[in-house]
Amino acid sequence: MKTTFRFAVLAAIIASFTFGCKPDPVDPEPTPVNPTNPNSPNIPTGNAIGISFENFVGSDVMLTDDVVRYQNLNGDSFSVETFKYYVSNISFTDNLGNTWYENESYHLINAEDTASLVIYIDSMPAGTYTSMNFMIGVDSARNVSGAQVGALDPANGMFWTWNSGYIMAMYEGHSPSSTASFGLMIFHVAGFTGQYAGQRWVAPSFGANTATVDASNVPLIHMKADLNEWFQSPSVVDFSSMNVENVAGPATAMLADNFADMFTVLGIDN
Amino acid sequence: MKRLGIIAAICALPVMIVMFIGSCTTDPEIPDTLDEEDVKFRIPQGFPTPNYDFALNPITLDGFKLGRKLFYDPKLSRDNTISCGFCHQQSGAFAHINHQVSHGIDGLLGTRNAPGLWNLAWNDKFMWDGGIPHLELQPLGPIDNPVEMDQDLAALLLELAADPEYPALFEAAFGTDTITTQRMTKAITQFQGLMISDNSKYDQVQRGEATFTQQESYGLATFRSKCASCHTEPLFTDRSFHNNGLRPEPTIMDAGRMMITADPSDSMKFKTPSLRNIAITAPYMHDGRYETLMECMNHYSGGNLYQSATLDPALSAGIPLTAQEKSDLIAFLGTLTDYTFISDPKFAEQ
Repeated sequence: MKTTFRFAVLAAIIASFTFGCKPDPVDPEPTPVNPTNPNSPNIPTGNAIGISFENFVGSDVMLTDDVVRYQNLNGDSFSVETFKYYVSNISFTDNLGNTWYENESYHLINAEDTASLVIYIDSMPAGTYTSMNFMIGVDSARNVSGAQVGALDPANGMFWTWNSGYIMAMYEGHSPSSTASFGLMIFHVAGFTGQYAGQRWVAPSFGANTATVDASNVPLIHMKADLNEWFQSPSVVDFSSMNVENVAGPATAMLADNFADMFTVLGIDN
Repeated sequence: MKRLGIIAAICALPVMIVMFIGSCTTDPEIPDTLDEEDVKFRIPQGFPTPNYDFALNPITLDGFKLGRKLFYDPKLSRDNTISCGFCHQQSGAFAHINHQVSHGIDGLLGTRNAPGLWNLAWNDKFMWDGGIPHLELQPLGPIDNPVEMDQDLAALLLELAADPEYPALFEAAFGTDTITTQRMTKAITQFQGLMISDNSKYDQVQRGEATFTQQESYGLATFRSKCASCHTEPLFTDRSFHNNGLRPEPTIMDAGRMMITADPSDSMKFKTPSLRNIAITAPYMHDGRYETLMECMNHYSGGNLYQSATLDPALSAGIPLTAQEKSDLIAFLGTLTDYTFISDPKFAEQ
């Protein structure tokens, strides 16, 4: 029986080769499982901007070793085990006021995965760019467009399956202040629609800096992401009362308001 | 009469010969007689525009068969014991026959009744609480659910990639042997989305191919005046969410739609189920609390609906039904059973 089946498969493969009677593949070769940096497999040499996401807790470079060594504004000490966020819908505006939008602009930044920390936005027109805009999280359209690939593959673990949608940003760790079992800290900000939607538009200022793009120059933006900013403004987060938040609601919406100001442009290498 | 029998026998003869010859060349364990025509998506007469767009996921024979294999494969669960078909049985219109709530991995029980599966391409939200907004994302719910299949998605993709059969099947369906979440769920969608139920007696009557009995006609009239505002023809659901006055089970206190929206006005609301195939999908309601259709009738008519702020206004005084109306309604609901659908071999485990 098995032999017959194998023969049938072989015959089908040969037939498809010979006669081309099968429909063409319906989608292009997708990126593999758990891609670390699906949108920038190669470092471009021009017409591009790089963004280096540099993760901090306050002034300390973030370590994701789950050792309690950080403190938030509320006075709670804590560790970081996981810090991940989506950056999407990136656009740049130049000194003439022209705005350029990245196509298929979805990036998953994972503090534990150094390969994910530098992304390149390529195929850009030459220009002197003075500002940028992006979304923390994934827009609602992609949340309701079926199974996605690359950075948006649900297998990346940034996806809720029961209340379907992307986790916009995730912090996990431990804190002696947490009342959850083992002092767990779990902030999963998700929910893509309605009053508790978790995406936020941000536009970290370039200040007096510019990013000069031409055929032979790829400026690099140093983008600081400060986890402590997530915990302190506009609302001060108290880990004794807020420690496991993984259902879309007022608390996750508050956390989303809080992470909207966690990015700062430290500088731009031209 | 005798002559008719002879004619029938003569007519049947070529069919029998073909079947006999066919049986010589076809492996009986793989009744692989499907062709592309059998897996074409179609919109039944009178149905609205489907919500799922198969133009973006064109059904192919290989894609459909891959989806079917995945649907019936216990590999989709953590310990390789539970397949989709475990809780969705074709003879019960893909509901879990005689199971009040879903049974999952390690003998665990869920909190809600596994629904039947049909006409899914017309749904815009899935699960009793509507938490999943897309047919392609639906399979990820039970796969990931700790009391259903409890399977880590990334681990599953690796498991399928290491399987001796799947890479070739994905290549046949999608052009290369790469296995992604998207390809997996698109294949399952090709299978599930083709589960169209449109050949019940009710449908045949709509097409002029059959006639209702007197009692079924009375039942339809009662249905249209008292039930159809939520169970809207021809899908027999308004695809919306309602609190239908079920007393909350104290050990579960299922908030329904509110668990998704966090909106108190959605408390205890659940998706209106389609009533197609209802006679064979017992038990009933989101938690499977009623075993018979008569219990459902009595729930709505008994004047004992659980009063709460979110109770559907149409039910505030219940639905008055006489004993005769109940029995007529049940007779009518019986005409919604689609025997073609539940016996179609293309949906069966191979």
